[in-house]
Amino acid sequence: MIREQPIPTIDWLTLAPMTTVVVAGLVALFIEMFRPKQSNGPIVTVSVVGLALAGALTLAQFGMEPGPTFAGMMVRDQVGLVLQLLLIGVCLLTFLFSDPYLREKKIAFAEFYQLALWSTAGGMIMVSTTNMLMLFLGLEVLSIALYCMAGMDRKQAKSQESAIKYFLLGAFASAFLLMGIAYIYGPTGSLDLGGIAMIAAMPESGYLTMAVFGVGMLLVGLMFKAALVPFHQWAPDVYQGAPTNVTAFMAAASKVAAIGALARVLSASGALQEFWLPALFWVAIATMVVGNFAALVQKDVKRTLGYSSIANAGYVLVALLAHVKKPDQVPLTTALFFLVVYCLMTVGSFAVVSLAAKGGEEGTRFQDLHGLWKRAPFAVGCLIVFVASLIGIPPTAGFFAKLFIFQDALSTGLVPLAIVLAVTSAVSVYYYLGIIQATFVSDEGARKTVSANPSFGLNLVCLFCALAVLVVSLAAAPVSQWLRGSTQLPGEAQARSELQLDSGGRVGAR
Amino acid sequence: MTLPLPLATSMTSDVPLGWFLTLGLFMFVVGGVGVVVRRNPVVVFMCIELMLNAVNLTFLAFARYQIVPGASTEQAALNAMNGQMMVIFVMAVAAAEVAVGLGIIMAIFRLRNEADLDDMSALRG
Repeated sequence: MIREQPIPTIDWLTLAPMTTVVVAGLVALFIEMFRPKQSNGPIVTVSVVGLALAGALTLAQFGMEPGPTFAGMMVRDQVGLVLQLLLIGVCLLTFLFSDPYLREKKIAFAEFYQLALWSTAGGMIMVSTTNMLMLFLGLEVLSIALYCMAGMDRKQAKSQESAIKYFLLGAFASAFLLMGIAYIYGPTGSLDLGGIAMIAAMPESGYLTMAVFGVGMLLVGLMFKAALVPFHQWAPDVYQGAPTNVTAFMAAASKVAAIGALARVLSASGALQEFWLPALFWVAIATMVVGNFAALVQKDVKRTLGYSSIANAGYVLVALLAHVKKPDQVPLTTALFFLVVYCLMTVGSFAVVSLAAKGGEEGTRFQDLHGLWKRAPFAVGCLIVFVASLIGIPPTAGFFAKLFIFQDALSTGLVPLAIVLAVTSAVSVYYYLGIIQATFVSDEGARKTVSANPSFGLNLVCLFCALAVLVVSLAAAPVSQWLRGSTQLPGEAQARSELQLDSGGRVGAR
Repeated sequence: MTLPLPLATSMTSDVPLGWFLTLGLFMFVVGGVGVVVRRNPVVVFMCIELMLNAVNLTFLAFARYQIVPGASTEQAALNAMNGQMMVIFVMAVAAAEVAVGLGIIMAIFRLRNEADLDDMSALRG
């Protein structure tokens, strides 16, 4: 018999947001059995109410005692709560414009809502755990639902192709992730990320080799998910082929979850950074360069935005590296701030692009957007805000997000990364303006392009995202102050308490 | 106090841990190469399953041999459970992936009557 284990104290509130989202999905599934065939209304209502409740439960936990619960399986901290809230928000925004889009596209697939909810729950688990088993399960719950959603347009070969590509490469990446976990588990006997730091302190060199190999494989798996070069090839294909509302969700939610998990893994393996920091340094450079330069030659809007999301993953990786290099000086706030802004811009832009669907057809090439400004002036106005923010033009939040990363990179001695960030951002102006230009080209004389009338939900999404992009930029200092709260990951909490004031002064000085 | 079966060191077999790890890595590489070179999605997926089984073998070998330095026998018993639990979850998740993956492959077959990965090139840029 094993020694009697005390029953761990359980903080149910930590788990409440995820449970709520999952239960909302189950209830919606039951409603789907009985619903009137023409309307998704009740399903959307239940989903939105469930998400709102989960959001409230997450908000209620801000300021509560951080710490692990469920015997270390879940953890409550500021980073996890912010990212959970962000995931809930992304899901909510996607739902608001999904129903009209699915109807225009004639996709009779009401399971979209349930799958998106469960996918969100998977992402929420991923960002709020330091246990590698939970990390793996969260990742799979997130991904398996996304595979189904990518292929939900069953009549369209493109959608099917994107699903199979995403599925095979996603499962391939999971195998790498698991192999990494196995080799971290071996020498430590623990599935907790804290084990990595234990190995670094061990004298036996064989163990160190195993741990470095394990961390490397784990990082490869997560880099696949976050679409960092050289593991990015699936992203443009999948973003282009999946239905546009799924693309919006996928681009925002899976990136947030993967980056959140990556932040935890990198922080936990800070002791081994002499091995992986040089590699990730080049990954960041390659991601920014490849993402931006490949976007220049694209002819498809969704594909261009896909490459743009790769480039953005590169920027946020710079923020993570700066944080891990000097955790005392650089809080994780920069990365969180960037992720919030990135989600607003990305979901907003894809929502506008989804207007190109009508009567079962959808054109996503640049010429399919021609004349959109006449048919949907408000949406195009908002698109201009999103694109300005993606470029990083000063009054928008995107500018501050990039500026903070730039400052962090400079202050931690990652000067080459800061330079590459600035140069590639300048390059990105060309293709981002191409999107705006396409909407203003007159479509008269040429083949008439079709587009749906913007629905109320879509206008609401555009309005919210555009306003948020502007408000967040006006209130950049207080927002990052709030995000900072206690943005330390477990394991680096000790040395930080004294430096809180310094970094607070830094944020305030911005 | 009695320990769960696999933990008493006298019971470990004569095959050293290194061989299990080598076999695991070999299977993993074979699976990885298969994913890259094969064109039939079902075969590609079988190769991924091979990689997952390589991972399972590695977990089980680590769980049985317990190479953690300085761990008490009690701690070793708990550590072993960690690895074995992980294997159960990996198998469960792999089963879920099979369900979804075969569903996607079926949908493609219905749409175009073949599912050669090299012919799926509508998405490129």
